Amino acid sequence: MSGGHSSYTPNSGIEKWFDARLPLPRLLYDSFVAYPVPRNLNYAYAFGGILAIMLVSQILTGVVLAMHYAASTGIAFNSVEKIMRDVNSGWLLRYLHSNGASMFFLAVYIHIFRGLYYGSYKAPRELLWILGVIILLLMMATAFMGYVLPWGQMSFWGATVITGFFTAFPIIGDPIQQLLLGGFAVDNPTLNRFFSLHYLLPFMIAGVVVLHVWALHVTGQTNPTGIEVKSKTDTVAFTPYATVKDAFGLVLFLILFAYFVFYLPNFMGHPDNYIQADSLKTPAHIVPEWYFLPFYAMLRAITFNIGPINSKLGGVLTMFGSIAILFLVPWLDTSKVRSAVYRPWYKLFFWIFVANAIMLGWLGSRPAEGLYVVFSQLGTAYYFGFFIVLMPLLGLVETPRRLPNSITEAVLAKTKGGGRPVGVTAAPETKG
Amino acid sequence: MSAHDKTEPTRRDFLYIATGMAGVVGAGAFAWPFIDQMRPDASTLAVSSIEVDVSAVQPGMSLTVKWRGKPIFIRNRTPKEVEEAKAVALGDLKDPIARNANLPSDAQATDADRTASKEKENWLVMVGVCTHLGCIPLGQQGDFGGWFCPCHGSHYDTAGRIRKGPAPENLAIPPLSFISDTVVKIG
Repeated sequence: MSGGHSSYTPNSGIEKWFDARLPLPRLLYDSFVAYPVPRNLNYAYAFGGILAIMLVSQILTGVVLAMHYAASTGIAFNSVEKIMRDVNSGWLLRYLHSNGASMFFLAVYIHIFRGLYYGSYKAPRELLWILGVIILLLMMATAFMGYVLPWGQMSFWGATVITGFFTAFPIIGDPIQQLLLGGFAVDNPTLNRFFSLHYLLPFMIAGVVVLHVWALHVTGQTNPTGIEVKSKTDTVAFTPYATVKDAFGLVLFLILFAYFVFYLPNFMGHPDNYIQADSLKTPAHIVPEWYFLPFYAMLRAITFNIGPINSKLGGVLTMFGSIAILFLVPWLDTSKVRSAVYRPWYKLFFWIFVANAIMLGWLGSRPAEGLYVVFSQLGTAYYFGFFIVLMPLLGLVETPRRLPNSITEAVLAKTKGGGRPVGVTAAPETKG
Repeated sequence: MSAHDKTEPTRRDFLYIATGMAGVVGAGAFAWPFIDQMRPDASTLAVSSIEVDVSAVQPGMSLTVKWRGKPIFIRNRTPKEVEEAKAVALGDLKDPIARNANLPSDAQATDADRTASKEKENWLVMVGVCTHLGCIPLGQQGDFGGWFCPCHGSHYDTAGRIRKGPAPENLAIPPLSFISDTVVKIG
């Protein structure tokens, strides 16, 4: 709401009555109908809306799954199998929930890459970006605890390894781990508290999402040119333009989601998790869910001591650091130009960063030996180098391409001459 | 307050600070039970010592029992394994500390200080949890014929000492005593 004044006019008596007492319809109208969005948004900008829908979907399926699930080590595994076999439509709800987590992360990673590409984190949107990183952290915690609940072998040993990270810290490490587990090993108290927190955290995510959207509506959206909105011709109304575009993107995304749910429901899972947890037998090869693999690769890449920091603590710090560094991105990037469209060098290094992240993900799924370790170390070096070295440096040495004067100019230049009048339905559908 | 900037602190200033401090102490006292309940509860902490009959465990055999939710490896080592472990120089060890709960915390990781006692040097009793990230190592595997952790590739020798891989410490020795020739008490 950079503009400030509201264009909502209550028509019926009931609308006027409501508006004078609780102007909620006005808030919704101003935020999701009349709200001006840049006219050149492309489909990369649809993922915010997709993520909102995924959060709602996860909460809905999760709440009903909790009606059939029992958080006790003796019966948790069987209660999940009961959901799959006995509960009416239980298989569908569980597959929606488990594949939904993967889809949620797929969407959030595209959303983050979009932000990095178009420089969405730059002033005045630093807080918007930081709130997003907080949402990512909450999502990771939620997904980790959710994965423990089916009480399979991967659930148990994943929880053991991840809570084991904390033992890397000297002195305070072991007490912290015992505080998290409620005992000396993963057991019933652990399962109970993880279930409680897994139910709570999505609502905290929803709360931070409200702040995220609020911050977005204060500064307005970025757009592929990275130029701020300057005049009315730079924008279109949120409804119908952005709503319809987001809805179409959502439909495509849901088709992919449905394909996994109905045809490959266990593709992203692990067969070991269909074996009940056994505290005396570690699976031969412990792998986290795919969306944690790049971070897992960086954890395992530190096989050497760094001064007083041993390899275990070094790995844990590297892994936490890989997320923590995202908080600093708004200040690490020194370039005055926002969008990678006009930054030839940044664009190149950005795509290497994307390829590197995918490579790290693949390496995380491999055993920690031989060349895999060497490539993990190179990948980790590039991951941190991108933020710590390339981002500050490129802003100083790179010569950006000439920026258009306005969004409208950029759009019209693309449609060759701009024969059609500005502001009619000219450009929104020809994506920027 | 700005009008009174240059005056002495007043009774009201004192009251503000005192109220604020009481609020902080109250919030801390209120938060404590919520944190405290997370810690291991009484049933988990209850001294759980177990007694294990090892009379059936011949040299070259191992037994795994559960203690405090963790596996305990009890191995009757072969003479060859004992000799191999004794032959290792302390300087070759990644972790030179015995990690033996029955000895002082600075005891060295000689083979004698890892075993149950001098007369029972063939008996090795350890917490079977990799000191890296908590997986269960596999017995009689790896480069040193001891234990090998499949999760992240840590190799332990025949005295359970870390020799290669990311684990920082030797496998821990729990508090234990042989209460008879064939019964070992753990915990």
